Amino acid sequence: MLSVLGQVSGGPAVAHGKLLFRPIGPELILVGVALAVMLLDAGYPERHHATLALLSLAGLAAAAAYSLSLWSWTGPTTVLGGMVAADRFTVFFRLVILGVAALAVLLSYQYLERADEVRGEYYPLLLFATAGMTLITAAADLIVVFLALEVLSLSLYLLTGFSFRRLASAEASMKYFLLGAFSSAFFLYGIALAYGATGTTNLAGIAHGLTGQVGPLSLALAASGLLAVGFGFKVAAVPFHMWAPDAYQGAPTCVTAFMSAGTKVAAFAAFLRVFDVAFSPLIWDWKPFVWILAALTMVVGSVLAIAQSDVKRMLAYSSVAHAGFILVGVTAASHAGIQAAMFYLAVYPAMILGAFGVVMVVSGRGERGLTLSSYAGLARRSPLVAAVLALLLLSLAGIPPTAGFIAKVAVFTAAIQSGHWPLALVGVLASVVAAFFYLRVIVLMYMQEPVIAGGQREAETGFDAEPGAVGSLGFVAIAVPALLTLIFGVFPGILFGVLKSASIIRF
Amino acid sequence: MRTPISYFLLMSVLLFTIGTVGVLVRKNALVIFMSVELQLNAVNLALVAFSRQHGNLTGQVLAFFSMVVAAAEVVVGLAIIVSLYRKRRSANVDDASLLRG
Repeated sequence: MLSVLGQVSGGPAVAHGKLLFRPIGPELILVGVALAVMLLDAGYPERHHATLALLSLAGLAAAAAYSLSLWSWTGPTTVLGGMVAADRFTVFFRLVILGVAALAVLLSYQYLERADEVRGEYYPLLLFATAGMTLITAAADLIVVFLALEVLSLSLYLLTGFSFRRLASAEASMKYFLLGAFSSAFFLYGIALAYGATGTTNLAGIAHGLTGQVGPLSLALAASGLLAVGFGFKVAAVPFHMWAPDAYQGAPTCVTAFMSAGTKVAAFAAFLRVFDVAFSPLIWDWKPFVWILAALTMVVGSVLAIAQSDVKRMLAYSSVAHAGFILVGVTAASHAGIQAAMFYLAVYPAMILGAFGVVMVVSGRGERGLTLSSYAGLARRSPLVAAVLALLLLSLAGIPPTAGFIAKVAVFTAAIQSGHWPLALVGVLASVVAAFFYLRVIVLMYMQEPVIAGGQREAETGFDAEPGAVGSLGFVAIAVPALLTLIFGVFPGILFGVLKSASIIRF
Repeated sequence: MRTPISYFLLMSVLLFTIGTVGVLVRKNALVIFMSVELQLNAVNLALVAFSRQHGNLTGQVLAFFSMVVAAAEVVVGLAIIVSLYRKRRSANVDDASLLRG
């Protein structure tokens, strides 16, 4: 199976000759632009919000263009002393993450203007988090995985608490930070044990060191367990999901949209690389663990989402459940499994970012109108926004002809092919449960009258109070994901064609 | 005489466990954070011990990286905890009960 997963070279790569910086070009651009935005804000405090946002967008576009040019990279598969991989797997995930970040900038612009919280450090933090996310997809060494994970986490802790005047935001930030730091410690201990077992932190070196080892594997097994716990926290898999609902609910909604989509993609990219490649010699040992993780995550995420009355919290549990569906692809651990997980990771960010985007657009200034009841009769007040949300929710529920359906079919097929039909069965049942709470929102929007209780309605939703609330930028940021879920749902071949070469992990 | 590596590992596991228990049972955000730092230092000890066992420097280098990351984490973490303390006049995590469900 190794030959399918990628060419695992023998032993850790050693740096020869000149340093090749091209494969980390996108990260260098992102960090450079982030610093430029920060300096611009410091130098010209009478800042123009639009300038900062445009500069960030330009940086993201430049990084995306540079990533695209790496698609045809013909140099060595790893550079900088075996630290960074230069494969199409990386390019694919980089483009997804950069797209997520660009849409998040559009959402953020509108959110910050409306909430009157324009502060210059927002965009640099967002760009640093993006740089961390893209770097982790390229990591070919556990040191880089750890550093990139911390770069993205530290930026996100701060972004979560960005509206610290709102108590919920500060509280969410603290919970996210404490649990995130706790999980980082487990992750780092996993790295230390992997190093202890093999004498290297290089992913290819670990795979090489573990192949054909006959002695006691306790160190390596403990390492894979601790790393799985660390990744489990980052992707919000049950039972390591406790932070997610709190952090997603308390954070400014534009940040929630960004991190629910971006972190999951980044963490899963590293998850695939570390487990399906570096620890592939131990595949029969870690598989049961991830199997249970996937089953628990799908079931618990879907069931708990039903009980929520807050839209952000409901979507947070839905994103927990989706982590479970992606884990099914990881558990399959075949080429088809990796491909299915990658397809899921390309369409899931669009769905969840779009959904949180709609929540942001619908909620009034200062995070009001987040209860489910404030969605009653939305179709009458704002038919276009309601239609977009309905499409995204159908996709999240996995109903054809949306991309969510294709993604679920792909992961379940891969699981059945690898002989995990019970897991696929659990997944299908969880999807049925999950469909209930997505459809409930659609029913609310289309088949119920808006709740009108005197002047309370305006105070509660804040939506009607500001007729221009759906700005053109915000609408672009929710329309593009909705369109993508439809396109990839009807023509999934486009994405699968790209994945044919992108799903080969090599270093 | 060379001390066997198992001694260092036992010490490291002990420190890590104390840190983990500290995170789980203490209520003060600062103490929880200190427990996390204890965990990170336990990892550093393990890294350096493994580095000596394997005779290469990767572990030592990684220990330096983890120290820098821990320092960065202190900067971010204290800022977050202090800003919450200013609002609520309490660093007790049980008081942070606005978000639940």
